[in-house]
Amino acid sequence: MKTRPQIVGTPLERIEDHRLLTGKARFVDDIHIEGMLHAAIVRSPVAHGLLKGVDTQVARRMPGVHGVFSAEDIARDFGGVVPRIAIRAIRIPELEPIEQWAIATKKVRYVGEPIAVVVADSPAEAEDAADQVTFEIESLEPVTGWRQSAAGTSPLFDLPVTNRAITYTAIKGNARDCQGAYTRKERFRVQRHSGFPMETRGLLAVWESNAQRMTVYGAAKVPFFARRTLAAAMRLPLDAVDMIEVDVGGSFGMRGEFYPEDFLVPFASKRLNRPVKWIEDRRESLLGSNHSREMESELEIVCEANGRVLALRGSVAVDAGAYVRAAGVIPGRFVALMLSGPYDIPNIHVESVLYLTNKAPVGTYRGPGLFEADFFRERLFDCAARDLGIDPVQFRRVNLVEESQMPYRLATLDFPEETDELDSGNYRATLDQCMREFGWQEKIGLQGRLIDGKYNGLAVGCFIDGGAGGLKEHARIELENDGQVTVYVGSASVGQGLVTILTQIAADALQLPVERIRILHGSTTYLKEGVGSGYSRSTVMGGSVVLLAVEELKRRMRDAAAKKLGCSPDEIKFERDLVMTAGEKKLGWEQLGSLGLAAEVEFVNHHHTFAYGAAAAHVAVDPRTGKVDLIDYFTLEDLGRVINPLTARGQAVGAAVQGLGGVFLENLYYDADGQLLSGTLADYMMPTATDFPSVRAEAIGLCPSPHNPLGAKGGGEGGVIPVGGVIVNAIAAALVTMKIDPKELPLTPEALWSLIQSADGRSSV
Amino acid sequence: MKLPKFDYVEPTTALEAVTLLSQSRGLAKVIAGGQSLIPTMALRLAQPALLIDLRHLESLRGIAVDEAGLRLGAMTRWREIQDSAEVLDTHPLLVEAVRHIAHYQIRNRGTVGGSLAHADPAAELPCIAVTCGASIRVLGILGEREILADEFFLGPLATALGDDEIILEVRFPRWPSSRQWGFQEFSRRQGDFALAGVAIFYDTDNSGRLENAHVGVFGVGQCATRLSGVESALNGRTNTISVAAEVARLAAAEVTPSDDLHASARYRRALVAVLLERAMALARGERA
Ligand SMILES: Cc1cc2nc3c(=O)[nH]c(=O)nc-3n(C[C@H](O)[C@H](O)[C@H](O)COP(=O)(O)OP(=O)(O)OC[C@H]3O[C@@H](n4cnc5c(N)ncnc54)[C@H](O)[C@@H]3O)c2cc1C
Repeated sequence: MKTRPQIVGTPLERIEDHRLLTGKARFVDDIHIEGMLHAAIVRSPVAHGLLKGVDTQVARRMPGVHGVFSAEDIARDFGGVVPRIAIRAIRIPELEPIEQWAIATKKVRYVGEPIAVVVADSPAEAEDAADQVTFEIESLEPVTGWRQSAAGTSPLFDLPVTNRAITYTAIKGNARDCQGAYTRKERFRVQRHSGFPMETRGLLAVWESNAQRMTVYGAAKVPFFARRTLAAAMRLPLDAVDMIEVDVGGSFGMRGEFYPEDFLVPFASKRLNRPVKWIEDRRESLLGSNHSREMESELEIVCEANGRVLALRGSVAVDAGAYVRAAGVIPGRFVALMLSGPYDIPNIHVESVLYLTNKAPVGTYRGPGLFEADFFRERLFDCAARDLGIDPVQFRRVNLVEESQMPYRLATLDFPEETDELDSGNYRATLDQCMREFGWQEKIGLQGRLIDGKYNGLAVGCFIDGGAGGLKEHARIELENDGQVTVYVGSASVGQGLVTILTQIAADALQLPVERIRILHGSTTYLKEGVGSGYSRSTVMGGSVVLLAVEELKRRMRDAAAKKLGCSPDEIKFERDLVMTAGEKKLGWEQLGSLGLAAEVEFVNHHHTFAYGAAAAHVAVDPRTGKVDLIDYFTLEDLGRVINPLTARGQAVGAAVQGLGGVFLENLYYDADGQLLSGTLADYMMPTATDFPSVRAEAIGLCPSPHNPLGAKGGGEGGVIPVGGVIVNAIAAALVTMKIDPKELPLTPEALWSLIQSADGRSSV
Repeated sequence: MKLPKFDYVEPTTALEAVTLLSQSRGLAKVIAGGQSLIPTMALRLAQPALLIDLRHLESLRGIAVDEAGLRLGAMTRWREIQDSAEVLDTHPLLVEAVRHIAHYQIRNRGTVGGSLAHADPAAELPCIAVTCGASIRVLGILGEREILADEFFLGPLATALGDDEIILEVRFPRWPSSRQWGFQEFSRRQGDFALAGVAIFYDTDNSGRLENAHVGVFGVGQCATRLSGVESALNGRTNTISVAAEVARLAAAEVTPSDDLHASARYRRALVAVLLERAMALARGERA
């Protein structure tokens, strides 16, 4: 039989791009519906205070205004209570009292918290009227850091009385009593920042009173969860709510979670019986979308004299913001669970404490908890290696989990109990390959050298990237009359090239050219159930369910063909292009197309995948200004099986640049009053396309995952995870003669300059 | 972040523009490239009732070089300066400074007059104008006047421009071809406003001693200024590494920066010293 050349593994150009690049994309703000109104949100200007009454009278009479709603108006429709945003992942009852209300009721707890919704004919009129909504807030002491939160002088909630939302503990062996030849304890800090997509959030809610149905355009990431949440909050039957996924200009974890506006806008649409659109502006995005990353750790490492790590112990304080939102607990869980990374560490005891503060609530941002964990661990490793006089590469080599130890158990976490296993991998081989392709041997001679007024430094670090979370994914497959095969999947597209990847997988499995595959995704209208994207899951979970769907379709085609040909289904063989044969007899899809063959399947997976890899950096530091040039950066990741090397590399490069933004630039900076000072993109500095031109990345398929038919591992986040550790270790290596050990991000030029200044001071004393 | 309501006019003569401006009694604003004004309006920091667009005023356009020096019409866009071989020939310092302004798209629209009138303390052009002793020709309802750059900038976003006045052009004195110069700025990302910047030039006598030294700084005070202490320390000396280091220390002491979100005063002082040393190296013909 002649087979088609395999498409999985080839650099197929993204199928999405032609449409995007020719201006045919449809983002939520591109949708205009007859009679559509626009919402603006009145937000709290105060970080912490008692909300004493909202006056909407003047605003209601403003030109173009159709409605103004405060908590009181909303509560009236729901038996006196304002709906709350349920935690999506890992619910535990203790956290329910600190879930966010869809609109502030008696208290405001962060600057930017919704107080009222104004709906008008145009966005400008809605904003003008929003300015006229008045309210009284009796200020309370704002809590702006975890230490102040822990002190408990200003509780955010009456119940629980403590600002300590929850404490997670990750345990393995007996780290507390572990002793070794060498110990070192250090504090590290990562600043508050997050993924801010180029396209801000937004939605268009359409209530049809005749049908009593709500349709929401602009869903992303987890549309089926959003449907459940909205239906429950609005007390509508599940099948009266639909979430429509349109094009999305980036998610990074933040977009697509359920936010207050995801209730407020549909609510307004139902109350006014008109379509209502709301598009977040940049300031709102910075103020109110999920923040992330803000953590401070105090960790101790215990080693043998040869560098074997015996234990990691200590605690991490997570600044969780004012409420626990849909995915708010994830970073705090993962930092503890995955602190050991790719290393074999027999004893672990890490507490991760989520503190409530009067700042925007946190959520997941690409590599949640893992970027932070890697920064803490890899920095600590380099400090230890230097103290012990061991080459940092050697230090990593002796501690990496070996292939023969797979599957390798990580620490166990509580609330609820969770443990995880590294599934497969040859960690040392990947480290070696990374260093080879980076050119470590050729470059290492530059280590610490002053060239043209700049100190050169190199570092390498290793990481893991957990993927394939979320148990299930769903798909439906249909053989169309024209020989096309359409696959509907529950996975969502957030810009990662989902359609391309799933098309490649389906094309190979069906032996069809890619043009004959159609992938439709995300919207709740396609499937009864679905999950979505996030936790590096789309390729593994979406790809696997597509494979299952193809198998099921082929089974049905075989049965149908057997009937037509009068033979047993086992005799039917598939050739390319959906041609079936049984001995001499032959049948094409044309003879089956009108039967409407279709199948709906689900893929269940109880295991996470662990992609892994290594990253290396070469930096040059100007000691007089603290400015760091990134000379070269290379990141290599084993994805088990690479479906498309182009999209894999694109994901890794983009993620690495986001990581560099986190290291050098991005900072959600609050003052002591709880005001966000970095409220525009001039003050919240993101890396632009030209800032880090020297980032290289490669994906390989060395050790397949044993847990899914593709052998693939989730890989969308790996690029960001090692960046903090590797870059700062390279900077420390460059400045080794000054004994500089940066322990905080962001490492701005001024921050580094200050460290150099005080080191100069030390050496001249 | 939606614009407030405003009326909009496009006058065709400068006189018409200033008449409209004066009639509005402070409620109107002129708009040039819009790159500073529109964001301010979107954030509702400015709510002019009327925008007077200067784009059809032919008399505010054009680049001209003559014996007296270089003239840039107020509506000259950054891009036009970068594309002009004539300006590169007659004022290399200006071209180098403009290269550091903002990003490609913004340079296609942003104008000379807008930058001068906006008077951002970290903007490049005000510093070059002050350093070079440029003068700014303005028109008001009572007629024209010429203001020395040094007297034009009064503080952050504050100038000597009257309520009914618009900028017509800026004139730079002739630039001798033998003149030596250096320009340095430090910003977090390419195209960002500078945390600190330095522009210098000087002429030399027969024995290589500096005369007519001009040293300007931006981003480190209320507005761009010349450092007279540094200038007098330079005149009569030669530009050597040790002289550069010496005046760098002087400069750090002479500037009066303040703390903000992006940098402390202490760091800005240190930057001024480094940037001046490097600008001096560039003026010597070395790499910074
Ligand atoms: C992202 C970004 C980065 C930037 N980076 C830099 C930078 O690094 N360096 C830098 O110097 N600038 C920078 N800018 C500002 C840019 O150069 C602006 O274009 C310039 O400052 C203002 O010029 P404009 O023509 O856009 O003025 P407008 O925005 O149209 O007007 C600005 C002000 O000037 C007044 N005005 C304009 N023309 C006249 C006139 N002829 N007479 C009287 N008043 C007038 C207006 O009324 C208004 O008050 C940046 C801007 C952006 C958006």
